[in-house]
Amino acid sequence: MEPTQGPPAVTRPHGPHANGDGQTTRWAARLDGVTREYALKGETVRALRGVDLAIPDGDYVAIMGASGSGKSTLLNLLGCLDRPTHGHIFLGDDDVTQMDDWHLSEIRAGRIGFVFQSYNLIPQLTVIENIEVPLFYQKNVGSKSRSRCIELAKMVGLGNRLDHRPTQLSGGQQQRVAIARSLVNDPYFILADEPTGNLDSVTTAEILNLLDTLHSQGRTIILVTHEDEVGQRSNRIVRLRDGLVESDRRLKR
Amino acid sequence: MLYAIQTLQLGVKSLFLHPLRSLLTVLGIFIGVASVIWLLAIGEGISRKAQAQIESLGADNIIVRSIKPPNEVLNQNSKGPGMQIPEYGLTRDDYARLAETIPTVVNAIPVREIRETFQKGRHKVDGRLVGCTPDYLDIAKLTMFEGRFLTEADNTEAKDSCVLGEKVAEELFPYEEPLGQLVRLGENYQYRVVGIVSKRAPSAGIGGSFAAQDYSYDVYIPINTLRARVGDTVVIRRSGSFEGETVQLSQITLKVRSTDDVMETSELIKLMLEEHHKYEDYGVTIPLELLEQAKTTRMMFNLFMGMIAGISLIVGGIGIMNIMLATVTERTREIGIRRALGAKQGDIVRQFLIETIVLSVVGGGLGVLVGLTCKPVTLFTMHLIRTVNPDLINSLPAIVQEIQPIIVFWSIPLAFFISVVIGVVFGLYPAIRAAKMDPIEALRHE
Repeated sequence: MEPTQGPPAVTRPHGPHANGDGQTTRWAARLDGVTREYALKGETVRALRGVDLAIPDGDYVAIMGASGSGKSTLLNLLGCLDRPTHGHIFLGDDDVTQMDDWHLSEIRAGRIGFVFQSYNLIPQLTVIENIEVPLFYQKNVGSKSRSRCIELAKMVGLGNRLDHRPTQLSGGQQQRVAIARSLVNDPYFILADEPTGNLDSVTTAEILNLLDTLHSQGRTIILVTHEDEVGQRSNRIVRLRDGLVESDRRLKR
Repeated sequence: MLYAIQTLQLGVKSLFLHPLRSLLTVLGIFIGVASVIWLLAIGEGISRKAQAQIESLGADNIIVRSIKPPNEVLNQNSKGPGMQIPEYGLTRDDYARLAETIPTVVNAIPVREIRETFQKGRHKVDGRLVGCTPDYLDIAKLTMFEGRFLTEADNTEAKDSCVLGEKVAEELFPYEEPLGQLVRLGENYQYRVVGIVSKRAPSAGIGGSFAAQDYSYDVYIPINTLRARVGDTVVIRRSGSFEGETVQLSQITLKVRSTDDVMETSELIKLMLEEHHKYEDYGVTIPLELLEQAKTTRMMFNLFMGMIAGISLIVGGIGIMNIMLATVTERTREIGIRRALGAKQGDIVRQFLIETIVLSVVGGGLGVLVGLTCKPVTLFTMHLIRTVNPDLINSLPAIVQEIQPIIVFWSIPLAFFISVVIGVVFGLYPAIRAAKMDPIEALRHE
């Protein structure tokens, strides 16, 4: 594959586009000159200073960078938890640039699959209920959705722990639940924030294998990490530095 | 619908994370609601009883009673030096004037009461000797237990007939049938028992003193007989000295044509009495007025009770708010997770609001249940105190001694409704605070 050079110059956010191989590409996420500035004690902190990034469907991208490079800000923007100061963000069919809180919540519930470093399961809910949470906020719960959750739990290897609470599970198991949860709404992409940061090397390998499997099934994965070994598992590494994309290269397999 | 049920389930589940904390919060509302119902029930019981006592005086009656003026007033007006027997009170002339000159007065019943000792053989009992006319039966709302009441003939012929109050009959004739027997009332004279009146609830006090009037130690004789046998002057022997007083009539009960005329008639009566009395040695009691006062008092009382209970409800509400604020802070991370997974601000508000509503509805429901037990619990408590410390009970006013709480029907929905409103009002701020959190900050919260 060829490295992608900047964002494609199209005005429509989503739709068929020609890429180098002459095939049509659909975009999971596109950032167009995105900046994000904070006011901090009277000074303006420029966390992102103009980021262009296009992630096609089915891509496996690792976003890397030192702390302060703007990777958390980028993650928040991709996760629809924040809005850019300038520029545009398109997720799938949606222009989320200036959406209000209500609509951003809709997008988060329907089209984004979050996986966090510290799993972030809700302690008073069981495995199956945790997986179901995004559907709950889409007001889309019922026996059909329940069977889908069970299927996902089985897929991540927790079919026999459906009624366990997060505290009764190991870290690796909790992260599997989180991954199942991220898939329940059939998202544009899985947004994984240091998913192996709290895990030992054996479980890390397990989780990364699971992500590989998902990628091979056609899932788009955006992985935010500072660990090189984790980044190497992806097929594209975007490095950030001081709020700008420092490098964006595809890995040869 | 399913969403609503699941939100409710979620709320209950979250409350069970801290069962003790939730229980204590519920307790605050519970006490508030129960106390609204209890206080209103007790207040209602007391005021209804008071009202019933006043009603028993008769709303269309006006009662004029002789009152002994202070000694200084009596001495000032005594004729010359030396030992005097004070003379005061209503006279037969007053009676005649009131009965005959006021057109709205339908009936007037003169009464003369003296303290006396009644005797049969070796049985003795102290009580009230009441000289009256046959109409007294009606006006005092007495009912015959057996025999008959006094008749016109008894009075005009000044017969030695008497009617016993229930307790007097019991104590003088523990084993025998009293009807037709002779009893000694006072020093010398024997009277024949013609009837016995049944027990009657004491009525409100009249003529200035508000002690309840007890009718069970009464003996009734014709007023003419009393005048002939005893006279107007009564001398009471005290150790080493005599004390006496001359009173013609103790009380005149005037029946007015209709309740609409009561106030006007009472003014007229006061004017007439003022003209013929040098000083105020009488009191005018208007049951209707008392009744109106009692109704106002009852309303004030209920309002006051309601306010106290309302304060406890507010305290309960503050308890809810306090707990919910703590809960929101404690669950900041959960809020962040939920927001990240797509919860809208409205979802978060709903989630926390449902928790406070569940707390307050459970508290309110328990409060209503316990509120309903007001009567048995109060009666049992009174019984308990009576058994353990009877003196304490006896020192209470009669009206409290015989307390019968009556649950005010509207207090139940009201208390419940208020508890729910409090749940919403005091839950809203913490819930909104939770919803307004920045999801990014909330996710980072440890």
